[in-house]
Amino acid sequence: MNYKEKFRKVSVLGAGGKMGSGILLLTAMEMFRLARENPKDAPLYQLNAIDVSEESLRGVMDYLRGQIRKAGEKQIVNLRQVYSNQADLIENGEIIDQYILDVMKFVKTGTSLELAKGSTLVFEAVSENPELKVKLIREIDGDSGSKTWYLTNTSSIPIGKLDKDAGLGGRIIGFHFYNPPAVQRLVELIASQKTLPELKSFSVDFAKAMQKKLVPSNDIAGFVGNGHFMRDILFAARQVEKLSKDHSLPQSIWIINRVTQDFLIRPMGIFQLTDYVGVDVCQYIMQVMDPYMDGENLRCDLIDRLMEQEVRGGQNPDGSQKNGILSYEKGRITGIWDMDKKDYIPVDTIEGEVAPDLGSLPPGHMPWKDVIRDPDKSGKLESYFKSLTGEQSTGAKLAKEYGRNSRQIGELLVEKKVAASTDDVNMVLLTGFFHAYGPVNNYFDN
Amino acid sequence: MRRKVYMAAGYNTISLGTGRKEFHPKKPRPGLEHYFKEAARGTLDQIGGAGNVDESVVGNFMASRFVRQAHLNALFPMVDAALRHKPATRVEGACASGGLALLSGIRSVLAETADVVLALGIEVQNSVKAVYGADFLAMAGWFPNRKEGHAYFFPGQFSDRTQAYYDAWGKDETRPALARWYKNAIENARLCPTAQEYTNNSEDLISLGMTEPDAQTFTACLNVMDCSKVSDGASAIAILSEEGLKRCGISPTDAIEITGFGHAVEDITQPPVDPLELSTVKAATTKAMEMARITKDDLATVETHDCFTIAGLLGVEALGLAEKGKGKDFVLEGHTARGGKIPFNTTGGLIGWGHPTGATGVHMAVTLWEQLTGKAGDAQIEMPADRPYGLSMNMGGDDKTAVSLIMTKIQ
Repeated sequence: MNYKEKFRKVSVLGAGGKMGSGILLLTAMEMFRLARENPKDAPLYQLNAIDVSEESLRGVMDYLRGQIRKAGEKQIVNLRQVYSNQADLIENGEIIDQYILDVMKFVKTGTSLELAKGSTLVFEAVSENPELKVKLIREIDGDSGSKTWYLTNTSSIPIGKLDKDAGLGGRIIGFHFYNPPAVQRLVELIASQKTLPELKSFSVDFAKAMQKKLVPSNDIAGFVGNGHFMRDILFAARQVEKLSKDHSLPQSIWIINRVTQDFLIRPMGIFQLTDYVGVDVCQYIMQVMDPYMDGENLRCDLIDRLMEQEVRGGQNPDGSQKNGILSYEKGRITGIWDMDKKDYIPVDTIEGEVAPDLGSLPPGHMPWKDVIRDPDKSGKLESYFKSLTGEQSTGAKLAKEYGRNSRQIGELLVEKKVAASTDDVNMVLLTGFFHAYGPVNNYFDN
Repeated sequence: MRRKVYMAAGYNTISLGTGRKEFHPKKPRPGLEHYFKEAARGTLDQIGGAGNVDESVVGNFMASRFVRQAHLNALFPMVDAALRHKPATRVEGACASGGLALLSGIRSVLAETADVVLALGIEVQNSVKAVYGADFLAMAGWFPNRKEGHAYFFPGQFSDRTQAYYDAWGKDETRPALARWYKNAIENARLCPTAQEYTNNSEDLISLGMTEPDAQTFTACLNVMDCSKVSDGASAIAILSEEGLKRCGISPTDAIEITGFGHAVEDITQPPVDPLELSTVKAATTKAMEMARITKDDLATVETHDCFTIAGLLGVEALGLAEKGKGKDFVLEGHTARGGKIPFNTTGGLIGWGHPTGATGVHMAVTLWEQLTGKAGDAQIEMPADRPYGLSMNMGGDDKTAVSLIMTKIQ
């Protein structure tokens, strides 16, 4: 079966979620591309959006229409060529409206797994629960004779385990998108030892067609992205614990969040990023990874205690940030969770208390959004970190420790053969986490 | 001319769009009504009120689609009840609509049917994304050609002209001249508080101007810096006879005289006869200069229709300041810059100040009125005594309608 035939019947599980809906969108647009190449095949393509929640599925259809419109607007120069033979489509607006209809017509929604049976491809994007994933796959795959290929969006569960537990004989591969899939260019590709070579080859072609940057990861729990991120959280938690000897917990959290965002020029501080992903999701990923980590403890006391108090973070259906370790108003941080008071302490209060101890940002500092757009990004970062390493302020010292630890994590991932190279680790952090620089660097050597 | 015709009391709103700090595409913005009122009021307040106005004219290209509003001439009484039951006209000639509004007023004064005409140009374009606005703007071309045209129709048309210019005169010499035109435009706009690029603080404008175009997402030969802005705004000015000046109590030092005008059209159904020439602009400008009995050597400054940087170069050639193919050298040598032989577009032109399409012709006249009467503020240039004339060249579509005006300080 060749590449395009694999799109005959595709099902996305968890299509109502953020990852699933993005995967649905990208798959629908790829089906459209294939259908335009061979218009007579168009009626043969089917894309099933499956989710337990009908409400989510309704929301997904709105999401798809909006996103396809945006994609059409961006691709209008090409779309005019695509529709050049349809004389009735003249204006850009008419062409984009038709594009939306043409992409949407592949999509069929449903809450029953029956829809997925007999699929050529199944994209699995349900919650990060190995038992649930295996159960669903088994139910779709039936007793025997299935040729369905499975692409799982797991960010941490070993593919070999899913393969074995579901009895797929190599018909599964890890195809880990970053959030949101429509925007993030990175895909981590994780083949188990048994993954079929033709499935791997198909996945490479699919990623290429979607213009994704593919980084291979070995089949070790957490892979490259979470392998770095979870250890980064653990280090942050340890630093918070140390700081808590002289500061309150909210103060310590604020300090580390500020150091990781501003002193290290990252898009978000580490605790804001934890909230963005979800405190509960991070805890779940750590629990999944922990049994596979020889000589390392991937349990985080701080995260566990936050979860006991139901501090979860994550995002609302409209994409806005829910309160978590930090509280937010229109995306701006407004408070820090206080475990004793079980309430948020206003960020202005905390900032006033501890910002002077931290010291000012070193000379040459630029906000992350300015750095990533700067044509001389490398030069500016080189100069800034040179100045940071020469500083003796508390903020600079913490940043140096954090930067060095981040590099050690990157090198550990190569040493443990999770990543093939430090370049791959850097690529994941640059494209999947939007960092301005990779963790394996020489900025903190002095 | 059979009768002296003057202009005075110019007024520009800001040109709102990307670049202006007030602009946010997802936040509410002032609309057509606001700009219409502000510009009209701005002029009426300088001429003793609407009671002095005999008739009004508004130039507008595409409000019918951008904001779904036609019949704009009937907006004048909204500004001031004294305009009720007086004549008012709406004129349209694509991006030359503003120029046509001025001509309409000039002709009324010449015909002695009016002594004071309120001329206004207006456009609101940020009501839709540029990809849809391109459909509306494309109606300045021949609609049967739209299907085969570029997604961004007019950038596509002028990209083709740029390619022709490259083929004829060399890309290596032309591209730097286009970048230089962009740099001049932004530097001039930084001196004019109403300009869309007033707060542009990019350091290396030439590098920006040299950005390699991307045919996959835009056009093959033009980058976005080569293009005029998507703008909301309005401009207004009074057109008066000698009696009109007296009636409005306007001092001769605050007015300018129109000494020549040229108006030409070309067949919209046909492609340009020569892509290396703006022949209609040239025809209108030649007529205007003949009427004013001046030559290019009498001009102190020019407002030209630089909807794209290549149109700037071709405008220089249409005026005869450089031979065909030499416009690029004239620009690169700095002759059109603020301190050059003949400063062009001293408040930024369509690329720097902005291009609210229907308003542009009127904005050009307001800029020349400001320069000739010493009211241009930080953007003021020196007006040489032996070259006391200003020229505006307003173009509609791909050189299909052209209006050129010669103005001078009252002697």
